[in-house]
Amino acid sequence: MLDAIAPFFEKLYDDTGWNFIVFYEQYEYDRLIEGIGVTIQLIIASLVFSLVVGIVGAWAQGAKSAIVRYVIAGYIQVFRNTPPFVQILFFYFVLGNLTPSYDAGGYQVAWIGNFGWAVISLGFFAGAFNVEIFRSGIEAVPNTTREAADALGYTRLKSYIHIVFPLAFRVCLPALNNNLVNLLKTTTLAYGIAVPEMMYTANQIWSDNVNVSEMMILLFFFYIGLVSVLVYGMHKWERQMKIPGYG
Amino acid sequence: MGLKRSAKIAGMAAALAFGMATAMTGQAFAKNEGFMKVLKRGELVVGVKADYKPWGFRDSSGKLVGMEVDMAQDVADALGVKLKLVPVQSSNRMQFLQQGKIDLMIATMSDRTDRRKLVGIVEPNYYTSGTNLLAKKGVLKNWTDLKDKPVCGKQGAFYNKVVAKRYGAKIVAFVGNAEAKQALRDGKCVGWVYDDSSIMADLASGQYDDYEMPMSTEDDNPWGLAVPLDELDGIWGNFMAGMQYRWLTSGRLSELEAKWGIQPTAFLKMQAEKLTPDRKHLK
Repeated sequence: MLDAIAPFFEKLYDDTGWNFIVFYEQYEYDRLIEGIGVTIQLIIASLVFSLVVGIVGAWAQGAKSAIVRYVIAGYIQVFRNTPPFVQILFFYFVLGNLTPSYDAGGYQVAWIGNFGWAVISLGFFAGAFNVEIFRSGIEAVPNTTREAADALGYTRLKSYIHIVFPLAFRVCLPALNNNLVNLLKTTTLAYGIAVPEMMYTANQIWSDNVNVSEMMILLFFFYIGLVSVLVYGMHKWERQMKIPGYG
Repeated sequence: MGLKRSAKIAGMAAALAFGMATAMTGQAFAKNEGFMKVLKRGELVVGVKADYKPWGFRDSSGKLVGMEVDMAQDVADALGVKLKLVPVQSSNRMQFLQQGKIDLMIATMSDRTDRRKLVGIVEPNYYTSGTNLLAKKGVLKNWTDLKDKPVCGKQGAFYNKVVAKRYGAKIVAFVGNAEAKQALRDGKCVGWVYDDSSIMADLASGQYDDYEMPMSTEDDNPWGLAVPLDELDGIWGNFMAGMQYRWLTSGRLSELEAKWGIQPTAFLKMQAEKLTPDRKHLK
Protein backbone atom coordinates (compact mmCIF):
# COMPACT_ATOMS: atom_id res chain seq x y z
CA MET A 1 0.00 0.00 0.00
CA LEU A 2 2.59 2.52 1.14
CA ASP A 3 5.04 1.55 -1.62
CA ALA A 4 2.43 2.36 -4.25
CA ILE A 5 1.63 5.87 -3.03
CA ALA A 6 4.95 6.92 -1.46
CA PRO A 7 6.63 8.19 -4.68
CA PHE A 8 3.71 10.47 -5.50
CA PHE A 9 3.59 12.10 -2.06
CA GLU A 10 7.37 12.41 -1.86
CA LYS A 11 7.35 14.21 -5.18
CA LEU A 12 4.47 16.39 -4.02
CA TYR A 13 6.56 17.43 -1.01
CA ASP A 14 9.64 18.17 -3.13
CA ASP A 15 7.67 20.13 -5.71
CA THR A 16 5.13 22.02 -3.64
CA GLY A 17 6.20 21.76 0.00
CA TRP A 18 2.97 20.00 0.97
CA ASN A 19 4.26 17.46 3.47
CA PHE A 20 1.93 14.47 3.69
CA ILE A 21 4.61 12.51 5.53
CA VAL A 22 2.08 9.89 6.63
CA PHE A 23 1.88 8.71 3.04
CA TYR A 24 5.57 8.19 2.41
CA GLU A 25 7.30 7.35 5.71
CA GLN A 26 6.73 3.94 7.25
CA TYR A 27 6.85 5.04 10.91
CA GLU A 28 4.33 7.86 10.49
CA TYR A 29 2.17 5.71 8.22
CA ASP A 30 1.99 3.00 10.89
CA ARG A 31 1.06 5.61 13.48
CA LEU A 32 -1.73 6.91 11.26
CA ILE A 33 -3.12 3.43 10.61
CA GLU A 34 -3.05 2.70 14.34
CA GLY A 35 -4.86 5.99 15.02
CA ILE A 36 -7.54 5.17 12.47
CA GLY A 37 -7.97 1.70 13.98
CA VAL A 38 -8.35 3.03 17.52
CA THR A 39 -10.83 5.68 16.36
CA ILE A 40 -13.02 3.10 14.64
CA GLN A 41 -12.92 0.78 17.67
CA LEU A 42 -13.74 3.71 19.95
CA ILE A 43 -16.67 4.76 17.77
CA ILE A 44 -18.16 1.26 17.53
CA ALA A 45 -17.73 0.53 21.23
CA SER A 46 -19.18 3.82 22.48
CA LEU A 47 -21.99 3.74 19.91
CA VAL A 48 -23.10 0.26 20.98
CA PHE A 49 -22.74 1.17 24.65
CA SER A 50 -24.80 4.35 24.24
CA LEU A 51 -27.55 2.43 22.43
CA VAL A 52 -27.72 -0.16 25.20
CA VAL A 53 -27.86 2.62 27.79
CA GLY A 54 -30.58 4.37 25.79
CA ILE A 55 -32.78 1.30 25.34
CA VAL A 56 -32.47 0.13 28.94
CA GLY A 57 -32.87 3.69 30.25
CA ALA A 58 -36.01 4.38 28.23
CA TRP A 59 -37.55 1.16 29.49
CA ALA A 60 -36.61 1.97 33.09
CA GLN A 61 -38.13 5.42 32.74
CA GLY A 62 -41.54 3.82 32.61
CA ALA A 63 -40.81 1.51 35.55
CA LYS A 64 -43.33 1.13 38.35
CA SER A 65 -40.69 1.81 41.03
CA ALA A 66 -40.32 5.52 41.72
CA ILE A 67 -36.71 5.03 42.83
CA VAL A 68 -35.70 3.61 39.44
CA ARG A 69 -37.40 6.52 37.68
CA TYR A 70 -35.62 9.05 39.90
CA VAL A 71 -32.25 7.40 39.29
CA ILE A 72 -32.76 7.59 35.52
CA ALA A 73 -33.92 11.21 35.72
CA GLY A 74 -30.89 12.08 37.83
CA TYR A 75 -28.54 10.32 35.44
CA ILE A 76 -29.96 12.22 32.45
CA GLN A 77 -29.65 15.56 34.25
CA VAL A 78 -26.04 14.95 35.28
CA PHE A 79 -24.85 13.77 31.89
CA ARG A 80 -26.74 16.25 29.78
CA ASN A 81 -25.69 19.19 31.92
CA THR A 82 -21.92 18.66 32.03
CA PRO A 83 -19.50 19.04 29.13
CA PRO A 84 -18.33 15.70 27.69
CA PHE A 85 -14.67 16.70 28.02
CA VAL A 86 -15.13 17.34 31.74
CA GLN A 87 -16.82 13.92 32.04
CA ILE A 88 -13.93 12.17 30.32
CA LEU A 89 -11.33 13.84 32.55
CA PHE A 90 -13.46 13.18 35.63
CA PHE A 91 -13.90 9.50 34.83
CA TYR A 92 -10.23 8.95 34.05
CA PHE A 93 -8.53 11.03 36.74
CA VAL A 94 -11.05 10.63 39.58
CA LEU A 95 -12.93 7.36 39.16
CA GLY A 96 -9.90 5.82 37.46
CA ASN A 97 -7.99 6.03 40.74
CA LEU A 98 -10.74 4.26 42.66
CA THR A 99 -10.85 1.19 40.45
CA PRO A 100 -8.81 -1.86 41.43
CA SER A 101 -5.38 -2.13 39.86
CA TYR A 102 -2.28 -4.23 40.18
CA ASP A 103 1.40 -3.30 40.22
CA ALA A 104 3.24 -4.12 37.02
CA GLY A 105 6.73 -3.09 38.06
CA GLY A 106 6.71 0.59 38.88
CA TYR A 107 3.33 1.43 37.45
CA GLN A 108 -0.27 0.46 38.06
CA VAL A 109 -2.38 -1.40 35.55
CA ALA A 110 -6.03 -0.65 36.24
CA TRP A 111 -8.89 -2.94 35.29
CA ILE A 112 -10.22 -0.13 33.18
CA GLY A 113 -7.64 1.75 31.12
CA ASN A 114 -7.95 5.05 29.29
CA PHE A 115 -9.70 3.43 26.31
CA GLY A 116 -12.22 1.81 28.64
CA TRP A 117 -12.92 5.09 30.43
CA ALA A 118 -13.36 6.87 27.12
CA VAL A 119 -15.96 4.29 26.02
CA ILE A 120 -17.77 4.47 29.35
CA SER A 121 -17.92 8.25 29.56
CA LEU A 122 -18.80 8.77 25.88
CA GLY A 123 -21.37 5.97 26.07
CA PHE A 124 -23.04 7.47 29.14
CA PHE A 125 -22.91 10.94 27.63
CA ALA A 126 -24.59 9.95 24.35
CA GLY A 127 -26.75 7.42 26.24
CA ALA A 128 -28.40 10.20 28.25
CA PHE A 129 -29.59 11.76 25.01
CA ASN A 130 -30.56 8.36 23.60
CA VAL A 131 -32.85 7.73 26.59
CA GLU A 132 -34.76 10.90 25.79
CA ILE A 133 -34.81 10.10 22.08
CA PHE A 134 -36.24 6.63 22.72
CA ARG A 135 -38.74 8.08 25.19
CA SER A 136 -40.04 10.40 22.48
CA GLY A 137 -40.48 7.36 20.24
CA ILE A 138 -42.22 5.35 22.96
CA GLU A 139 -44.61 8.19 23.69
CA ALA A 140 -45.48 8.27 19.99
CA VAL A 141 -46.79 4.69 20.17
CA PRO A 142 -50.58 4.98 20.59
CA ASN A 143 -51.99 3.91 23.94
CA THR A 144 -54.51 1.74 22.11
CA THR A 145 -51.68 -0.37 20.68
CA ARG A 146 -50.30 -0.88 24.16
CA GLU A 147 -53.72 -1.78 25.51
CA ALA A 148 -54.15 -4.28 22.70
CA ALA A 149 -50.88 -5.92 23.75
CA ASP A 150 -52.09 -5.96 27.37
CA ALA A 151 -55.31 -7.60 26.23
CA LEU A 152 -53.33 -10.28 24.45
CA GLY A 153 -51.62 -11.11 27.76
CA TYR A 154 -48.16 -9.51 27.13
CA THR A 155 -46.18 -8.63 30.24
CA ARG A 156 -44.72 -5.08 30.42
CA LEU A 157 -41.27 -6.32 29.38
CA LYS A 158 -42.53 -8.54 26.54
CA SER A 159 -44.79 -5.80 25.25
CA TYR A 160 -41.79 -3.40 25.31
CA ILE A 161 -39.58 -5.83 23.39
CA HIS A 162 -42.08 -7.08 20.81
CA ILE A 163 -44.58 -4.28 20.29
CA VAL A 164 -43.66 -0.89 21.71
CA PHE A 165 -39.92 -0.71 21.01
CA PRO A 166 -40.02 -1.83 17.34
CA LEU A 167 -42.59 0.86 16.60
CA ALA A 168 -40.88 3.48 18.75
CA PHE A 169 -37.53 2.76 17.14
CA ARG A 170 -38.84 3.65 13.69
CA VAL A 171 -40.21 6.94 14.96
CA CYS A 172 -37.02 8.03 16.65
CA LEU A 173 -34.48 6.89 14.07
CA PRO A 174 -33.91 10.37 12.55
CA ALA A 175 -33.25 11.89 15.98
CA LEU A 176 -31.06 8.94 16.93
CA ASN A 177 -29.15 9.41 13.71
CA ASN A 178 -28.32 12.97 14.72
CA ASN A 179 -27.15 11.97 18.16
CA LEU A 180 -24.91 9.19 16.86
CA VAL A 181 -23.25 11.54 14.37
CA ASN A 182 -22.61 13.85 17.31
CA LEU A 183 -21.15 10.99 19.34
CA LEU A 184 -18.84 10.04 16.48
CA LYS A 185 -17.41 13.56 16.43
CA THR A 186 -17.17 13.71 20.22
CA THR A 187 -14.81 10.70 20.29
CA THR A 188 -11.99 13.13 19.41
CA LEU A 189 -12.16 14.34 23.02
CA ALA A 190 -10.56 11.05 24.10
CA TYR A 191 -7.21 12.65 23.15
CA GLY A 192 -7.48 14.43 26.51
CA ILE A 193 -6.78 11.21 28.36
CA ALA A 194 -4.18 10.05 25.86
CA VAL A 195 -6.24 7.50 23.95
CA PRO A 196 -4.19 7.18 20.75
CA GLU A 197 -7.09 7.87 18.40
CA MET A 198 -6.98 9.92 15.21
CA MET A 199 -6.94 13.38 16.79
CA TYR A 200 -4.16 12.42 19.22
CA THR A 201 -2.14 10.76 16.48
CA ALA A 202 -2.50 13.71 14.12
CA ASN A 203 -1.36 16.03 16.91
CA GLN A 204 1.76 13.94 17.52
CA ILE A 205 2.55 13.74 13.81
CA TRP A 206 2.20 17.45 13.16
CA SER A 207 4.25 18.26 16.26
CA ASP A 208 7.09 16.03 15.09
CA ASN A 209 7.05 17.10 11.46
CA VAL A 210 5.69 20.67 11.57
CA ASN A 211 3.04 19.89 8.94
CA VAL A 212 0.03 21.25 10.79
CA SER A 213 -2.01 22.35 7.75
CA GLU A 214 -1.57 19.02 5.96
CA MET A 215 -2.64 16.98 8.99
CA MET A 216 -5.59 19.31 9.61
CA ILE A 217 -6.77 18.74 6.04
CA LEU A 218 -6.39 15.00 6.47
CA LEU A 219 -8.25 15.07 9.79
CA PHE A 220 -11.05 17.10 8.28
CA PHE A 221 -11.62 14.75 5.36
CA PHE A 222 -11.21 11.67 7.56
CA TYR A 223 -14.12 12.73 9.77
CA ILE A 224 -16.25 13.81 6.82
CA GLY A 225 -15.70 10.32 5.38
CA LEU A 226 -16.53 8.55 8.64
CA VAL A 227 -19.69 10.58 9.23
CA SER A 228 -20.76 9.98 5.62
CA VAL A 229 -20.42 6.23 6.08
CA LEU A 230 -22.45 6.33 9.30
CA VAL A 231 -25.17 8.55 7.83
CA TYR A 232 -25.39 6.41 4.69
CA GLY A 233 -25.79 3.27 6.78
CA MET A 234 -28.39 4.83 9.04
CA HIS A 235 -30.45 6.14 6.11
CA LYS A 236 -30.35 2.76 4.45
CA TRP A 237 -31.53 1.18 7.67
CA GLU A 238 -34.31 3.77 7.97
CA ARG A 239 -35.57 2.92 4.49
CA GLN A 240 -35.42 -0.82 5.11
CA MET A 241 -37.42 -0.57 8.30
CA LYS A 242 -40.10 1.63 6.85
CA ILE A 243 -43.57 0.19 7.37
CA PRO A 244 -45.93 1.33 4.62
CA GLY A 245 -48.62 3.51 6.07
CA TYR A 246 -46.89 3.97 9.45
CA GLY A 247 -45.19 7.16 10.56
CA MET B 1 17.17 35.61 -26.88
CA GLY B 2 20.97 35.83 -26.50
CA LEU B 3 20.85 39.55 -26.07
CA LYS B 4 18.03 39.36 -23.61
CA ARG B 5 19.92 36.82 -21.55
CA SER B 6 23.18 38.76 -21.42
CA ALA B 7 21.27 41.88 -20.47
CA LYS B 8 19.68 39.95 -17.68
CA ILE B 9 23.06 38.68 -16.45
CA ALA B 10 24.54 42.16 -16.56
CA GLY B 11 21.60 43.48 -14.61
CA MET B 12 21.96 40.79 -12.01
CA ALA B 13 25.71 41.41 -11.68
CA ALA B 14 25.10 45.10 -11.16
CA ALA B 15 22.44 44.43 -8.56
CA LEU B 16 24.73 41.99 -6.80
CA ALA B 17 27.65 44.42 -6.76
CA PHE B 18 25.43 47.19 -5.43
CA GLY B 19 23.93 44.90 -2.84
CA MET B 20 27.34 43.75 -1.64
CA ALA B 21 28.64 47.29 -1.44
CA THR B 22 25.71 48.48 0.65
CA ALA B 23 25.86 45.36 2.81
CA MET B 24 29.55 45.95 3.48
CA THR B 25 29.18 49.58 4.44
CA GLY B 26 26.09 48.61 6.42
CA GLN B 27 28.01 45.96 8.26
CA ALA B 28 30.88 48.24 9.14
CA PHE B 29 28.42 50.82 10.33
CA ALA B 30 26.12 48.46 12.26
CA LYS B 31 28.85 46.46 13.96
CA ASN B 32 28.79 48.47 17.18
CA GLU B 33 25.67 50.51 16.77
CA GLY B 34 23.57 48.64 19.31
CA PHE B 35 26.32 48.53 21.87
CA MET B 36 26.94 52.26 21.57
CA LYS B 37 23.24 52.89 21.99
CA VAL B 38 23.23 50.99 25.26
CA LEU B 39 26.00 53.15 26.66
CA LYS B 40 24.44 56.36 25.40
CA ARG B 41 21.04 55.46 26.80
CA GLY B 42 22.55 54.30 30.10
CA GLU B 43 20.18 51.35 30.08
CA LEU B 44 20.53 47.75 28.91
CA VAL B 45 17.37 46.04 27.64
CA VAL B 46 17.50 42.25 28.07
CA GLY B 47 14.90 39.75 26.87
CA VAL B 48 14.29 36.99 29.44
CA LYS B 49 11.68 34.31 29.98
CA ALA B 50 8.77 35.03 32.32
CA ASP B 51 7.35 31.50 32.49
CA TYR B 52 10.35 29.25 32.89
CA LYS B 53 11.08 28.66 36.55
CA PRO B 54 13.75 29.04 37.86
CA TRP B 55 15.52 30.63 34.89
CA GLY B 56 13.13 33.47 34.29
CA PHE B 57 9.78 33.83 36.08
CA ARG B 58 7.68 36.24 38.07
CA ASP B 59 7.84 36.20 41.87
CA SER B 60 4.77 36.74 44.05
CA SER B 61 5.03 40.50 43.60
CA GLY B 62 5.09 40.18 39.81
CA LYS B 63 8.79 41.04 39.50
CA LEU B 64 10.87 39.12 36.96
CA VAL B 65 13.45 37.00 38.77
CA GLY B 66 15.54 33.90 38.12
CA MET B 67 18.96 32.66 37.18
CA GLU B 68 19.01 34.33 33.79
CA VAL B 69 17.71 37.56 35.30
CA ASP B 70 20.69 37.53 37.68
CA MET B 71 22.97 37.01 34.70
CA ALA B 72 21.40 40.00 32.95
CA GLN B 73 22.05 42.04 36.08
CA ASP B 74 25.70 40.98 36.03
CA VAL B 75 26.01 42.27 32.45
CA ALA B 76 24.39 45.59 33.31
CA ASP B 77 26.67 45.96 36.35
CA ALA B 78 29.76 45.26 34.26
CA LEU B 79 28.69 47.91 31.74
CA GLY B 80 27.75 50.32 34.50
CA VAL B 81 24.24 50.88 33.16
CA LYS B 82 20.72 50.32 34.42
CA LEU B 83 18.90 47.07 33.59
CA LYS B 84 15.52 46.84 31.93
CA LEU B 85 13.90 43.43 31.52
CA VAL B 86 11.52 42.51 28.72
CA PRO B 87 9.65 39.19 28.94
CA VAL B 88 9.99 37.16 25.74
CA GLN B 89 8.59 33.86 24.55
CA SER B 90 10.21 31.04 22.61
CA SER B 91 8.17 31.96 19.57
CA ASN B 92 9.17 35.64 19.44
CA ARG B 93 12.52 35.96 21.22
CA MET B 94 14.63 36.07 18.04
CA GLN B 95 12.32 38.60 16.37
CA PHE B 96 12.58 40.87 19.42
CA LEU B 97 16.36 40.90 19.00
CA GLN B 98 16.23 41.38 15.23
CA GLN B 99 13.82 44.28 15.53
CA GLY B 100 15.96 46.00 18.15
CA LYS B 101 13.35 45.74 20.89
CA ILE B 102 16.00 44.16 23.10
CA ASP B 103 19.80 44.53 23.12
CA LEU B 104 20.57 41.09 24.48
CA MET B 105 18.63 37.84 24.79
CA ILE B 106 19.17 35.35 27.62
CA ALA B 107 16.09 33.16 27.29
CA THR B 108 16.81 29.43 27.70
CA MET B 109 17.39 29.15 23.96
CA SER B 110 18.92 26.00 22.53
CA ASP B 111 21.89 26.75 20.30
CA ARG B 112 21.00 25.45 16.83
CA THR B 113 22.42 25.91 13.35
CA ASP B 114 19.31 27.53 11.91
CA ARG B 115 19.16 29.98 14.82
CA ARG B 116 22.78 31.02 14.33
CA LYS B 117 21.73 32.36 10.93
CA LEU B 118 19.20 34.70 12.54
CA VAL B 119 20.83 35.97 15.72
CA GLY B 120 24.39 36.28 17.01
CA ILE B 121 24.78 33.37 19.41
CA VAL B 122 27.87 34.01 21.51
CA GLU B 123 30.23 31.22 22.57
CA PRO B 124 31.11 29.65 24.98
CA ASN B 125 27.65 28.26 25.76
CA TYR B 126 26.58 29.05 29.31
CA TYR B 127 24.21 26.15 29.93
CA THR B 128 22.75 22.98 28.51
CA SER B 129 19.68 20.81 28.67
CA GLY B 130 18.49 17.52 27.25
CA THR B 131 15.94 14.76 27.60
CA ASN B 132 15.46 13.02 30.92
CA LEU B 133 12.82 11.35 32.99
CA LEU B 134 11.12 12.03 36.31
CA ALA B 135 10.30 8.75 38.06
CA LYS B 136 9.55 7.35 41.51
CA LYS B 137 12.74 6.54 43.39
CA GLY B 138 14.20 3.13 42.61
CA VAL B 139 11.90 2.19 39.74
CA LEU B 140 14.20 2.86 36.80
CA LYS B 141 17.94 2.75 36.24
CA ASN B 142 18.59 2.84 32.51
CA TRP B 143 16.84 4.06 29.41
CA THR B 144 16.53 0.43 28.29
CA ASP B 145 14.26 -0.26 31.30
CA LEU B 146 11.56 1.64 29.45
CA LYS B 147 10.87 -1.07 26.89
CA ASP B 148 7.11 -1.69 26.51
CA LYS B 149 6.35 0.37 29.62
CA PRO B 150 3.97 3.34 29.67
CA VAL B 151 5.79 6.67 29.88
CA CYS B 152 3.87 9.90 30.37
CA GLY B 153 4.63 12.89 28.22
CA LYS B 154 3.20 16.11 26.89
CA GLN B 155 1.52 16.13 23.51
CA GLY B 156 3.70 17.79 20.94
CA ALA B 157 7.06 17.34 22.66
CA PHE B 158 9.66 15.98 20.27
CA TYR B 159 11.15 13.71 22.95
CA ASN B 160 8.10 11.47 22.72
CA LYS B 161 8.99 10.10 19.32
CA VAL B 162 12.68 9.81 20.19
CA VAL B 163 12.04 7.78 23.35
CA ALA B 164 9.40 5.63 21.63
CA LYS B 165 11.63 4.87 18.66
CA ARG B 166 14.92 4.45 20.50
CA TYR B 167 13.80 2.51 23.58
CA GLY B 168 10.40 1.08 22.66
CA ALA B 169 8.60 3.00 25.40
CA LYS B 170 4.83 3.34 25.10
CA ILE B 171 4.23 7.06 25.21
CA VAL B 172 1.05 8.21 26.92
CA ALA B 173 0.92 11.89 26.00
CA PHE B 174 -1.42 14.35 27.68
CA VAL B 175 -2.55 17.81 26.67
CA GLY B 176 -0.53 19.60 29.33
CA ASN B 177 2.31 18.92 31.74
CA ALA B 178 -0.03 19.20 34.73
CA GLU B 179 -2.11 16.23 33.51
CA ALA B 180 1.00 14.26 32.57
CA LYS B 181 2.50 14.75 36.03
CA GLN B 182 -0.82 13.89 37.68
CA ALA B 183 -0.89 10.63 35.71
CA LEU B 184 2.65 9.93 36.93
CA ARG B 185 1.63 10.57 40.55
CA ASP B 186 -1.39 8.27 40.04
CA GLY B 187 1.02 5.56 38.92
CA LYS B 188 -0.41 5.38 35.41
CA CYS B 189 3.10 5.39 33.95
CA VAL B 190 6.67 4.65 35.09
CA GLY B 191 7.96 8.12 34.40
CA TRP B 192 7.44 11.51 32.82
CA VAL B 193 9.73 12.34 29.93
CA TYR B 194 10.71 15.99 29.55
CA ASP B 195 13.48 18.54 29.46
CA ASP B 196 15.98 17.89 32.29
CA SER B 197 16.17 21.56 33.26
CA SER B 198 12.42 21.61 33.82
CA ILE B 199 12.50 18.34 35.76
CA MET B 200 15.24 19.72 37.98
CA ALA B 201 13.05 22.70 38.73
CA ASP B 202 10.25 20.33 39.76
CA LEU B 203 12.58 18.34 41.99
CA ALA B 204 13.76 21.57 43.57
CA SER B 205 10.19 22.65 44.28
CA GLY B 206 9.88 20.12 47.12
CA GLN B 207 6.69 18.56 45.72
CA TYR B 208 8.50 15.56 44.34
CA ASP B 209 10.51 14.29 47.29
CA ASP B 210 9.82 10.63 46.46
CA TYR B 211 10.95 11.13 42.90
CA GLU B 212 14.26 11.29 41.11
CA MET B 213 15.82 11.88 37.71
CA PRO B 214 17.47 8.50 37.26
CA MET B 215 18.76 8.51 33.68
CA SER B 216 21.78 10.17 32.18
CA THR B 217 20.53 13.09 30.12
CA GLU B 218 20.32 12.41 26.39
CA ASP B 219 20.46 14.61 23.32
CA ASP B 220 22.15 17.35 25.29
CA ASN B 221 21.81 20.67 23.57
CA PRO B 222 23.76 23.68 24.83
CA TRP B 223 21.93 26.96 25.35
CA GLY B 224 23.10 30.19 23.87
CA LEU B 225 22.57 33.84 24.70
CA ALA B 226 22.45 36.14 21.71
CA VAL B 227 23.27 39.63 20.50
CA PRO B 228 22.12 41.07 17.14
CA LEU B 229 23.72 39.06 14.33
CA ASP B 230 25.77 41.92 12.85
CA GLU B 231 27.23 42.77 16.25
CA LEU B 232 28.53 39.28 16.93
CA ASP B 233 32.01 40.23 15.72
CA GLY B 234 31.90 43.73 17.16
CA ILE B 235 32.34 44.96 20.71
CA TRP B 236 29.05 43.48 21.89
CA GLY B 237 29.78 39.89 20.79
CA ASN B 238 33.32 40.01 22.14
CA PHE B 239 32.16 41.52 25.40
CA MET B 240 29.53 38.84 25.95
CA ALA B 241 32.04 36.11 25.10
CA GLY B 242 34.18 37.55 27.88
CA MET B 243 31.22 37.68 30.28
CA GLN B 244 30.41 34.04 29.64
CA TYR B 245 34.04 32.98 29.98
CA ARG B 246 34.29 34.70 33.36
CA TRP B 247 30.93 33.30 34.50
CA LEU B 248 32.06 29.77 33.69
CA THR B 249 35.57 29.93 35.11
CA SER B 250 34.75 31.90 38.25
CA GLY B 251 32.05 29.46 39.33
CA ARG B 252 29.45 32.24 39.27
CA LEU B 253 26.97 30.08 37.32
CA SER B 254 27.33 27.18 39.77
CA GLU B 255 26.72 29.71 42.52
CA LEU B 256 23.53 30.86 40.77
CA GLU B 257 22.43 27.24 40.25
CA ALA B 258 22.68 26.71 44.00
CA LYS B 259 20.87 29.98 44.69
CA TRP B 260 17.91 28.93 42.52
CA GLY B 261 17.77 25.35 43.78
CA ILE B 262 18.89 23.67 40.58
CA GLN B 263 20.63 20.30 40.73
CA PRO B 264 24.30 20.94 39.79
CA THR B 265 24.95 19.98 36.19
CA ALA B 266 28.01 18.15 34.96
CA PHE B 267 28.14 20.60 32.06
CA LEU B 268 29.16 23.57 34.21
CA LYS B 269 31.87 21.60 35.95
CA MET B 270 33.19 20.34 32.62
CA GLN B 271 33.17 23.79 31.05
CA ALA B 272 34.96 25.25 34.07
CA GLU B 273 37.68 22.60 33.88
CA LYS B 274 38.06 23.03 30.14
CA LEU B 275 38.20 26.81 30.15
CA THR B 276 40.20 27.55 33.30
CA PRO B 277 43.80 28.19 32.24
CA ASP B 278 46.73 26.51 33.91
CA ARG B 279 47.81 29.07 36.51
CA LYS B 280 50.84 27.17 37.80
CA HIS B 281 53.26 29.82 36.52
CA LEU B 282 51.74 32.32 38.91
CA LYS B 283 52.85 30.60 42.07
